[in-house]
Amino acid sequence: MSGGDGLTGRQRLSRWLANYEVDGVALLVLPAIACMLLLFIYPFLHGLILSLQPRSGEMLDNYRKFFSDPFLYDTIWTTLRLAFPATIINVVMSVPIALLVRRFRRQRLLTAILVVPITLGPVLIAEGMLNYLGPQGWFNGAIVGLGISGAPVRLIHNYAGVLISLVVAGFPFVFLLTLSFLSGLDPSLEKAASTLGAGPRARFRHILLPLLLPALAVNFCMSFVQMFSVFPAAVLLGEPAGATRVISIAAYQAAYEQYDAPMASTIAMIMGAVQLAIVAIVLGSRELFYRGSTGSGKG
Amino acid sequence: MFAERALGTRTPSELIWSVALWTVMGLFVANFMLMILAVLVNSFATQWFGTWLPPAFTTKWYVSAWREFQLDQVLVVTMMVVGAVVVISGLIGVPAAYALARRNFPGKRFVLLLLLLPLMVPPITYGIPLATVLYEARLAGNIWGVILANLVPTVPFVVLVMIPFIEQIDPRIEQAARLFGAGTGQLFVRVLVPLLAPGILAALLLVLVRTIAMFELTFFTAGPSSQTLVVALYYAVYAPGVRANQSIDAMSIIYMATTLLWLMIALRFVNPVQLVGRPR
Repeated sequence: MSGGDGLTGRQRLSRWLANYEVDGVALLVLPAIACMLLLFIYPFLHGLILSLQPRSGEMLDNYRKFFSDPFLYDTIWTTLRLAFPATIINVVMSVPIALLVRRFRRQRLLTAILVVPITLGPVLIAEGMLNYLGPQGWFNGAIVGLGISGAPVRLIHNYAGVLISLVVAGFPFVFLLTLSFLSGLDPSLEKAASTLGAGPRARFRHILLPLLLPALAVNFCMSFVQMFSVFPAAVLLGEPAGATRVISIAAYQAAYEQYDAPMASTIAMIMGAVQLAIVAIVLGSRELFYRGSTGSGKG
Repeated sequence: MFAERALGTRTPSELIWSVALWTVMGLFVANFMLMILAVLVNSFATQWFGTWLPPAFTTKWYVSAWREFQLDQVLVVTMMVVGAVVVISGLIGVPAAYALARRNFPGKRFVLLLLLLPLMVPPITYGIPLATVLYEARLAGNIWGVILANLVPTVPFVVLVMIPFIEQIDPRIEQAARLFGAGTGQLFVRVLVPLLAPGILAALLLVLVRTIAMFELTFFTAGPSSQTLVVALYYAVYAPGVRANQSIDAMSIIYMATTLLWLMIALRFVNPVQLVGRPR
């Protein structure tokens, strides 16, 4: 490119790009795109191709193997059986608690207390539950001591243990999302309903709930992602060889115990597909709800 | 005035409902606090089995945990990983969020989808293929692999949290700066970063907390010398061998204190409700 010509060419190009709002500022998005393509899309495609190149046999053999071995395909059901109830419990619980906290004067303090589980990490929750809910722990000591139950309740090393730890660990994020959406709702909507004589229950059913449902759907998806990839809790608090053998354990074993990278990728792909299918269903049903402005316009 | 009072009045059924809710929430929080307390007590116990309280207290488990798990090295690695992830995802994420908030270029929806996907897929799903790729590129098994893997969820997270913050800023301020001859770089350093400081701080502190807690990605990409605290802790529990669980509890308490400290700093600067932004 010669100097003068190149300049006009460049000018022409930049004018043409500016028509599409592509200028220096828009280009700032490029590093993020490059990062995502290199670290997310490329490995994903690599994994997909790898999953289609089994160690022996045909292209789809890994997938065939997964869906013909109950030890492998059962993990999907095991995972869903944990992830669904945990997510639903959290989403449902978050609504009344967020409504309550919203009215409370020391909202920030209360929120901070409810957010603390974020800082614990899987191991502390597991250790805490093993100590506290174990057969010799305070919880069972109190239950037996108060005569609520004759024998200690078994709450660890089984399905219940993993479920409880998922609920505890997942609640803060769900709660924060619900609370932030509630604070974004225009309070005059509720006031109007109340002026027209609607009681608290009616206000909730006809005003808040319809407005909240789309946000709860998003909330459900965000939280379900975390629950679906449950790994440390299932190992430390469950029965990793039995009732809580979740899909991520299967993926881990393929990758780091059998060193079968194609099979591990296959399981990862299946995990992603199941997860995305559920997100698609939930977000798809969002179309059935009200969609539109719910804020007070202050942004 | 009238409307507000009407919102505040309570019928008996609402009162029962409210009392029940407080009770449930109180029980939840109380049990939860007791659970943490149990770990704390155990970490200071000489031994504890089957009694309400341990017979005697000691701090030796902290000393032994520190030595046994080489916590000084683990903490240094954790700080390096977290620091690098916070800085890099801020440097990549904030400008990208600015571009997405202010321009309507073709393919913007596609870019947003590209950024949303990593947050909508479990980390294990892309963690395993990513670890494979990184191992092939000889990047995994060391601290760089851990940093790169942790960028996958944090960059989109920063972008998506920052977009609403940037949209709140009046574009006329930027126009004025441009009118006075500021380039994009100057605009960022002199105008945008100071105005966006609370948002950036919120996003980055949350990235920090998330990265400290990120188990799966670090677990898949870390080598023996590049484990962060959460992974080292998992190995301490799971790896075979006889270990006093008091020692593990001491380590969990150190972990909790580390994260809690940062979360409390985060909460001082921002209302937690703002941290997640407003879902649209």
